[in-house]
Amino acid sequence: MAPDPASDYLLELDRVSKFFGTVTALSDVSLRLGRGEVHCLLGDNGAGKSTLIKILAGVHPPSRGTYRVDGVPVAFDSPRDALDRGIATVYQDLALVPLMSVYRNFFLGREPTRVRWGVFRVFDRRLAARLATERLADMGIAVRDPEQPVGTLSGGERQCLAIARAIHFGARVLILDEPTAALGVKQSANVLRIIARARDKGISVIFITHNVHHAYPIGDRFTLLNRGRSMGSFAKSEISRDEVLDMMAGGQAALTDELRMSDSP
Amino acid sequence: MPGSSDEPRRGVNVARVLARPEATAIAGTALVFAIFGATAGGSGMFALDGVMSWSVVAGYLGILSVGACLLMIAGEFDLSIGSMIGFTGMVAAIPPIHFGWPVWLAMLVSLAAALALGFINGQLVVRTGLPSFIVTLAFLFVLRGLTLAFSVIVADRTIVSGIGDLAEQDPVARLLFSGTFGDGLFRWLAHHHWIHTLDDGAPLVRGIPKVLLWWAVLAIAGSLQLSRTRSGNWIFAAGGDAAAAQNMGVPVRRVKVALFMFTALCGWLFAMLQICDVGSAAADRGLQKEFEAVIAAVIGGSLLTGGYGSVIGACFGALIFGVVEIGITYTNLNAEWFRVFLGGMLLLAVLFNNHVRRRVTQAR
Repeated sequence: MAPDPASDYLLELDRVSKFFGTVTALSDVSLRLGRGEVHCLLGDNGAGKSTLIKILAGVHPPSRGTYRVDGVPVAFDSPRDALDRGIATVYQDLALVPLMSVYRNFFLGREPTRVRWGVFRVFDRRLAARLATERLADMGIAVRDPEQPVGTLSGGERQCLAIARAIHFGARVLILDEPTAALGVKQSANVLRIIARARDKGISVIFITHNVHHAYPIGDRFTLLNRGRSMGSFAKSEISRDEVLDMMAGGQAALTDELRMSDSP
Repeated sequence: MPGSSDEPRRGVNVARVLARPEATAIAGTALVFAIFGATAGGSGMFALDGVMSWSVVAGYLGILSVGACLLMIAGEFDLSIGSMIGFTGMVAAIPPIHFGWPVWLAMLVSLAAALALGFINGQLVVRTGLPSFIVTLAFLFVLRGLTLAFSVIVADRTIVSGIGDLAEQDPVARLLFSGTFGDGLFRWLAHHHWIHTLDDGAPLVRGIPKVLLWWAVLAIAGSLQLSRTRSGNWIFAAGGDAAAAQNMGVPVRRVKVALFMFTALCGWLFAMLQICDVGSAAADRGLQKEFEAVIAAVIGGSLLTGGYGSVIGACFGALIFGVVEIGITYTNLNAEWFRVFLGGMLLLAVLFNNHVRRRVTQAR
């Protein structure tokens, strides 16, 4: 079946379940990613976020249900297949090598080459350094020096580098796994700004987080996961920040009440 | 120096020059030359024949250190390289002496055996995930033992002499490994009395030993590969963070196995040059060379943990080795001080490298 450009949704999961042996990691989860949309996937630890990412990224096939890209059902054999369709995942480890320079990391595994003296195919470092600097500047990140080791960048800068790299290599969909988890307030704001900029470029983003305060300002749509089940998808207009918080807290609200009770004499 | 001329840069940055991995080794070389210049300056150490004697020692070690350094940058060690020297030397020497094989054929078979062993070493390391330190340490013993045992079984001896003369008559071995290079130039220099001559007018130093040529070729090729090719980027990445490299599509396993094979090739090259130069092969050749090669690489700025280093640095490390080992015999000092000096140098280099790593991996 040919891709259907008229499909409203870039990615679609339709009642997807995933079992590992007898363990149910996901059950009947549906998710639709619109074009140019930032879709926040919210959930606490163990809610099934990682499993969902891995299905989207082509690491695991779903046990049940359908995964559609551009309206067409797909069965990815490997992350490479997903990447070929423009679905790029930036994991928490970022796949950056700290001892290597910014431009060497940016083009790691996909180094541009040129032919020297008619025989030797060499790594075009000048081009790589220039492109890396430009692409990062496009995303609003000023790199002091493309020769700088990535280890000397801040956590936020590294996250932005990994995102800029995925975009440069043709991502239509960016799956960001907890990009703000280990970051301070200011650096998180930088990452959120990058996400907004990616959306402005027409790229769809799946933003996985458990921080409502990071998700709400940037998100267009919110899907909440709890223990492998979807608690629903909501457009921003349909749900307030507090409602998201309440749903996220779920059982926790009761726990908080209980704690408060036990505190009072 | 290869690796710096078309590096993207804006102006000369002193801090960046000092931060290069080979900076310590170059400073160390300058220091060593200054010390020996002051203590042994008038002894002939810096006359042409003196220069040749220490540069040959540096050249042999330099060949090994290029392989050891690239492998270390990729995050692995090869401790079997010393045994590889004894093994490949015997494989190249026994068949021509005992079975009448042409020397070139025995050398080729020896090369094939070296590459096969490097391949096995590499496969064992990448497939088991065990530290290469242990896997190749095992090979160090296995290979040495096998070499000794088989030499006795096949040739009834552990030292095979006469291979130098045969190599001299073999066109391939003579071209590649035997004797010196640029003899004509040296005769010409001697004729004009610009260099020391023997009584009959022949130059005291006949030419440039071929080991220096090979060292230069490997150093330049290795350095260019590391800094200017895609595979060089992969070597850094494989050692810097193998998982990240794998995720970005770098064939980490292939890179590592290829480098184990390259290290084995360096050991083979060492052995071929040595049997042609010394004239004999022995099963116990190359003792402790694995450590010396690692030391040269570390003095040259390579991190033991991988991901960082320089071929040029490793070559300067080897040069320091040669200058100190031979230079000390030109002084009044007991030659055993050589080890003390090198040990101290190694310790200093490791301390310094550690500091560099901390600086490079910490956010500013």
